[in-house]
Amino acid sequence: MSKNNTVYIGKNKNFWDRNRRSGGYLLRKRAGQIAVSVTRALLLFGLCFMIIQPMLTRFSMSLMEEKDLYDSTVILLPRHVTLENYVHVANLNDLPRSMLNTLWVSLVISLSQIVSCTLVAYGFARYEFPLKKFWFACVLAVIIIPPQTIQSALYMNFANFDILRIFTLFGANAEGLTFGQRIQSVFDGTGTGLIALLTGKTINLRASVAAYILMALTCMGLKNGLYIYMMRQYFKNIPTSLEEAAYVDGCGTMHTFIKIMLPDALPTIASCFLFGFVWQWTDIFYTRLFLPSSSISIYSNQMAGMVSRMGRYFSSDASKPVIVPNARQQQLIFIAVLICAVPLIVLYIFTQRTFVESLAMSGSKE
Amino acid sequence: MSRDRKLITMQQRRARTGYKLILPFIIGFVLFMIKPMIQSLMMSFNNVKIIPGQGFQLTWMGLDNYHNAIAVDPYFNQYMVDEISRMAINTIATLVLSFVIAVILNQDFKGRTLARAIFFLPVILSSGVLPGIEKQNEFYNMMAGVAESVEGASGINISAQLQNMLSASGAASGFFDVIFQMIDAIYDIVMASGIQIIVFLTGLQSISPSLYEAADVEGCTAWESFWKITFPMVSPLLLVNCIYTIVDFFMKNDNRVMERISTVMYSDFNFGVSSAMSWIYFGVALVFIAISSFIISRAVKSAQ
Repeated sequence: MSKNNTVYIGKNKNFWDRNRRSGGYLLRKRAGQIAVSVTRALLLFGLCFMIIQPMLTRFSMSLMEEKDLYDSTVILLPRHVTLENYVHVANLNDLPRSMLNTLWVSLVISLSQIVSCTLVAYGFARYEFPLKKFWFACVLAVIIIPPQTIQSALYMNFANFDILRIFTLFGANAEGLTFGQRIQSVFDGTGTGLIALLTGKTINLRASVAAYILMALTCMGLKNGLYIYMMRQYFKNIPTSLEEAAYVDGCGTMHTFIKIMLPDALPTIASCFLFGFVWQWTDIFYTRLFLPSSSISIYSNQMAGMVSRMGRYFSSDASKPVIVPNARQQQLIFIAVLICAVPLIVLYIFTQRTFVESLAMSGSKE
Repeated sequence: MSRDRKLITMQQRRARTGYKLILPFIIGFVLFMIKPMIQSLMMSFNNVKIIPGQGFQLTWMGLDNYHNAIAVDPYFNQYMVDEISRMAINTIATLVLSFVIAVILNQDFKGRTLARAIFFLPVILSSGVLPGIEKQNEFYNMMAGVAESVEGASGINISAQLQNMLSASGAASGFFDVIFQMIDAIYDIVMASGIQIIVFLTGLQSISPSLYEAADVEGCTAWESFWKITFPMVSPLLLVNCIYTIVDFFMKNDNRVMERISTVMYSDFNFGVSSAMSWIYFGVALVFIAISSFIISRAVKSAQ
């Protein structure tokens, strides 16, 4: 009997024999496994295809000559291949310059965002102070409040920027104003502020990177509440004993933070930085608000205004713009989107692990 | 006694350091969030006249701007109803889809890294200007045209045919309408569910494998352990995801309500009405978030 057993467990025995011994259980189990993995593969393939397919279609369309667009027998693959369209889009969008500007602006903004958000998140995670719950609720509010709600007010704030517009309340330039009007002046942008008090006029910060950096440094940039939330979650899970040991050994706050906390949290910080960079790269909302194309040429802004410039670009006489057909417009927009996305996709391929895996790790201790 | 005092000062010192660390946030919040919010609230009750170089002048209008936004503006109302019903459907679909995909991506199979990478790609590509510019230029219509011509080549439009067939049977046509709306929006839904998938994935990975082993030993089938272990462990994340999805949807650039608000502001320079519109919209969003978080937290509590 024992001899029989060893024979049947041995790997050389074929599947059907073992199946018969198990009374059909093995076959059923195996069939179930195969069915599950086939279904899974089909589902995943379908959904992945759906995500990738528009990009492939766009790419092939971008290589078509204009006449291919009107040829109804050409659907997916170009008949006349050309790279000329890319040159047109590059010219239309002021290409090397706008891309370089986008690069440095995105880098500066995402770096300043991440520095301030890390510090704030560390404060929330590791320190006890009065009203902590209240301030954290404010962080959550920042996540929920759409910046669009306040865009008109921001627009005007930065168009004539000043800090501490409270001096009218205390009597500067306030001849003939009632007390109610004085209070109102603090908020409606007519009050005299510190800068106006010293120099006599407000500054226009709307069309400058400085204003935007200021917002990034104070955690009010794009989706900054989210970064604070994510990093706080991570810092909270680092054991306190490390910090205490460092304290006993005479480490100061900053020293502890830089030597102990930062190295540990680096993957999370890196993924937040990448988010910030990528979202800034494609952002149009804040870009339109702070960096209009009249002041600095940013790619996403150029792209948004591309259609209106096409007519003049394609006509031989600059004063008489031609009408660019719809299909052609769309083809050029595809290309602009592709050019915008290519650096991001390359970046994504190299940092995919940081993006997906480290994020998955950071949440796992929740 | 002296030891006591030292403890208190230590605490105070830590509190002070804490405040120093979150100071940037406090400054930013007050200057660039609270103040603009008060201003925009004020604008929504006033007629706003811009004085170049000086700021703006407000004339009290009471609720006129709100009246204009709701009853006079020809588009705002209609867009709002459209977008909200679209949002309700999309949110549910996004939650279900991202949960299913997260469960699949959490399993072990060949090419898992690739699949994860592809599903996360939309987070990068569907943000900011990219989808907005496409919508504006009717790119989507063209893509839809391509999709239809592919379907047309095989002679039938499957989803439309099915819809015809099912609605001809007369049973619960409203329900089927919703389902077909979901199916037609599947591209949008997949593109919008990258972050949600990641959040669910983190939740799934935090479940200890020993729970499943124990269940297996006790004779649980995979189906049972899914409903008894996986679902209850991940369900708290439903709330996070639901809120994220709603907020994300409300803030999208390709949202027509947002477009309308921008048009009123940048083209018509009607700051009063555009502020009133954004406040109405924000109020509706808050109500939605409140309702859904109430329902979900109730459901999660009863599930556990």
